[in-house]
Amino acid sequence: MKALVFADSKDGSIVKSSFEAISYASKFASEVTVVTYAGVSDDQLSALGAYGAQKVIKASSLSDNDSQALTSLVCSVAQSEGSEAVVFSQDFTGKAVAGRVAVKLNAGLVSGAIDYPDTSSGFTVKKMAFSGKAFAHVKITSPIKVVSVLPNALGAENKGGSASVTEFSGQIEGSKVKITQSAQASSGGAAPLPEAELVVSAGRGLKGPENWGIVEDLANALGATTACSRPVADIGWRPHHEHVGQTGVAIRPNLYIAAGISGAIQHLAGVNGSKVIVVINTDPEAPFFKAADYGIVGDAFDVLPKLTEAVKKFKAS
Amino acid sequence: MKFLVCISKAPDTTSKIDFTDNATKFNEAGIQYIINPYDEWYALVRALELKESSGGEVTIITVGPQADEPVMRKALAIGADKAVRINAEATDSGFVANQIADYAAKENFDIVLCGKETINYNSSQVPAMIAAHLDYPLISLATKLDINGSTATLQRDGAGGEETVEVQTPFVLSAAKGMAEQRIPNMKGIMAARTKPLEVIEPTGSDVHTQVVSYEMPSGKAECKYLEPDQMDQLVELLHTEAKVI
Ligand SMILES: Cc1cc2nc3c(=O)[nH]c(=O)nc-3n(C[C@H](O)[C@H](O)[C@H](O)COP(=O)(O)OP(=O)(O)OC[C@H]3O[C@@H](n4cnc5c(N)ncnc54)[C@H](O)[C@@H]3O)c2cc1C
Ligand SMILES: Nc1ncnc2c1ncn2[C@@H]1O[C@H](COP(=O)(O)O)[C@@H](O)[C@H]1O
Repeated sequence: MKALVFADSKDGSIVKSSFEAISYASKFASEVTVVTYAGVSDDQLSALGAYGAQKVIKASSLSDNDSQALTSLVCSVAQSEGSEAVVFSQDFTGKAVAGRVAVKLNAGLVSGAIDYPDTSSGFTVKKMAFSGKAFAHVKITSPIKVVSVLPNALGAENKGGSASVTEFSGQIEGSKVKITQSAQASSGGAAPLPEAELVVSAGRGLKGPENWGIVEDLANALGATTACSRPVADIGWRPHHEHVGQTGVAIRPNLYIAAGISGAIQHLAGVNGSKVIVVINTDPEAPFFKAADYGIVGDAFDVLPKLTEAVKKFKAS
Repeated sequence: MKFLVCISKAPDTTSKIDFTDNATKFNEAGIQYIINPYDEWYALVRALELKESSGGEVTIITVGPQADEPVMRKALAIGADKAVRINAEATDSGFVANQIADYAAKENFDIVLCGKETINYNSSQVPAMIAAHLDYPLISLATKLDINGSTATLQRDGAGGEETVEVQTPFVLSAAKGMAEQRIPNMKGIMAARTKPLEVIEPTGSDVHTQVVSYEMPSGKAECKYLEPDQMDQLVELLHTEAKVI
């Protein structure tokens, strides 16, 4: 099977979730082509071979991530390459483009894949359903399959190697969306929440926004991204993009540390895909302990600084 | 300005989820349905606010069976002017988007508003698919919407943070948190909703390309290991050697 992967970039580098998407495709496809747009050096593009790409096609004339422009680029390459599968990452760009490409290619789409496709009878992909309370196995029955992969679900495998890089030569539809003010970085230096491997999160137990210093200290020591429960974002203690859960960002980090969060079902729904959960709560009956791998019954104002010190000691050793 | 708001139902967020028929069917027994929160809190309420400030009409559309009508009535109670139901089970995003686009194309809406995702399948597929069928621009994960004549100014979430964009109507958007505040319907709204028009339309034929083969419940978590507040060095050690996450 021939697969095409869309790779996104930010500040001149291909993003991590795109490495994962390329790796994903190389698990089931015999030939993997990557398509991307302007802004990344040829050396970096060629290095995508390490994740399983044979060929990279770049459209140097396209610089913004408008969904119509990208769809025309991806579909044009899919047609000329005879791609039978098109793979995206289910990140900001993937959400805007994958569905559009599926319609244009008259293809079925499964978004948010968390496992490699089962090709034993057709092409079936596993994804989360009911906000992570269950999984669904969804079969794509169309000749062309479109899949978007949940960030940080499967990782990227670097096997070394390089890919050929060529320039896209077709036409790209113009964008009808004018960007009047470009991105205002929201997560400081840390990874954006949906892609973060390490997350430190806090809830109403922290009592007020002025107390978030101890949360940020731990996040900084770990190199983690900060998150919060919904009420904390609703009352304006923290920015709304930090709100995780069923009605906020759904995340799947390797490590989720929750301090002063009760663990309501709507909160758990967005974080229970985390590989390891650490819960810090004064109430031994807090429901979050049922979902935790490691629990500390204690005061966040006491435990967080101690944990930060322990992390610093560990990093220094 | 004519607004079309795409409304889907979702199981109440506290629902216990399970399956029947050899894990192939969602067990609806005892499930309460609500309007998918993104559709209600953000997309619908913002459309109503804009209608109130600059005039126009808000139509809601749902692809679903008759059993979805109570949820649609609630959207009418919150303030939508009229409702359209496409009479078919919503089993495949491509099918749903196709039905909505076919209706939207006939009625010339200025803005088609969706939620960013349904909380049952968390797909984020339908908005981009509607935009593709209509050949409209899409503003995905929009957190703010203002209009001035036929020009709309929006904020959206992106990889690098928040971005401000301008687009001419018609277009499609998917709404994320920030766009509006939840509205609780009042008695007057609930009474009025009973007599507002709810039109039922039969689906137009279209291909279905995906099918749920089975569901699976997550395997239970191992027991939680408890540590004392003074054992943070041990915790870090466990995270490193046992859990291997740092
Ligand atoms: C439709 C719907 C959707 C929702 N979606 C979401 C969502 O996406 N995300 C979300 O988070 N919530 C969501 N909620 C809200 C959810 O039900 C809970 O109300 C919310 O998660 C509670 O937040 P919290 O744990 O921060 O606060 P609380 O429930 O007030 O819990 C605070 C916790 O802190 C502990 N505590 C207090 N002091 C300390 C201390 N000094 N040290 C340590 N622990 C302490 C307490 O024991 C308690 O467990 C939703 C609700 C509804 C109805
Ligand atoms: N059956 C449906 N009827 C009407 N609108 C829907 C339906 N399913 C999804 N939508 C809309 O599309 C958005 C995204 O859904 P999804 O792509 O399924 O995550 C929802 O928030 C709704 O606005």
